[in-house]
Amino acid sequence: MARRELQPINAGSMADIAFLLLIFFLVSTTMDVDTGLPRLLPPMPEEDQSEDKSEIKKRNVFVVLINKDDQLFVETEIVDIGALKKLTKEFIMNPDDNPNLSEKRLEYVDYFGNVMVTKGVISLQNDIGTSYGKYIEVQNELAAAINELRNDLCLQKFGRRYNDLDPLNETEKGIIEAVKKVLPMAISEAEPNKTGGS
Amino acid sequence: MSRFRPGKKKVLPPINTASLPDCIFLLLFFFMVTSDLRQTNIKLSVQTPQVTEIKKLEKKSLVSYIYVGRPMPQLQAVYGTEPRIQLNDVFATTDDIRDFISSEREQMDEVEQKQMTVSLKIDKDTKMGVVSDIKQELRKASALKINYSARRKSPGMR
Repeated sequence: MARRELQPINAGSMADIAFLLLIFFLVSTTMDVDTGLPRLLPPMPEEDQSEDKSEIKKRNVFVVLINKDDQLFVETEIVDIGALKKLTKEFIMNPDDNPNLSEKRLEYVDYFGNVMVTKGVISLQNDIGTSYGKYIEVQNELAAAINELRNDLCLQKFGRRYNDLDPLNETEKGIIEAVKKVLPMAISEAEPNKTGGS
Repeated sequence: MSRFRPGKKKVLPPINTASLPDCIFLLLFFFMVTSDLRQTNIKLSVQTPQVTEIKKLEKKSLVSYIYVGRPMPQLQAVYGTEPRIQLNDVFATTDDIRDFISSEREQMDEVEQKQMTVSLKIDKDTKMGVVSDIKQELRKASALKINYSARRKSPGMR
């Protein structure tokens, strides 16, 4: 029998096959990064311990309520969403020591020394009929108010914006923690109001 | 000069393409390693709200997703138009969230479990009743790090 000589395999189409695979992976992968508003939920209360006993003074609570028709109330008054940021900043800073706005206490914080820290808490309440879009809009305004205050503080103290600080850098991380202590983002969310309905 | 020697013409040899597949494979492996596959196929139409104070989520492998919204138009004949919850590939109710969270947790390293984040991709027209129920379930499952997924809106726009 005549022995056939072994032909070399034609590898010319190898590149095409690889290209095909490459394109498949390019199409099927997600490159987009998820963005949003990060929040921390409060832990569930322990079984044996009933309602939180620590009373908060009325003047230290900033009540923001959205009803089932997406109307915004701040301390029982209807306000426009555009005014919320200013009201929130006023409540937290309380520059004129208004007895109706939040109290402050003296506290020692790294980088700042003894500073006045607000005792104010923002209470965000909503109805089950409130739309999620409106809720996020309000959350965003509250976050924007606190962010702007933090930015101002950082510019004043360190000459840099709060948002430009790098959490991976050790010293800047310390500054971020300190700023968070001076201007805490205290948003408490009540259990949803079951009345109203959708 | 030797550069302009007349009479002798050099023929350009063809470029050797034998290493082309290797180059392409290299690219392919790069993409395979750096990206992760689209795991879920979303059956809901979700229009996340737009916000200005946006933050990026750091580690994708630590994020689980909960989708809430109306079913896609082609599925509305079967599933109706009421907002539904989707976990992975299936429709679910709020009772399923706890099992979902614990199964997601099992897939992670023990060290990373604490950093687990739940990203809520919720349509902006959904009522807060559903959202509050989900948040209560997440609290019960002690998955406290959440993220309200949203898109960027340039500031000043209203």
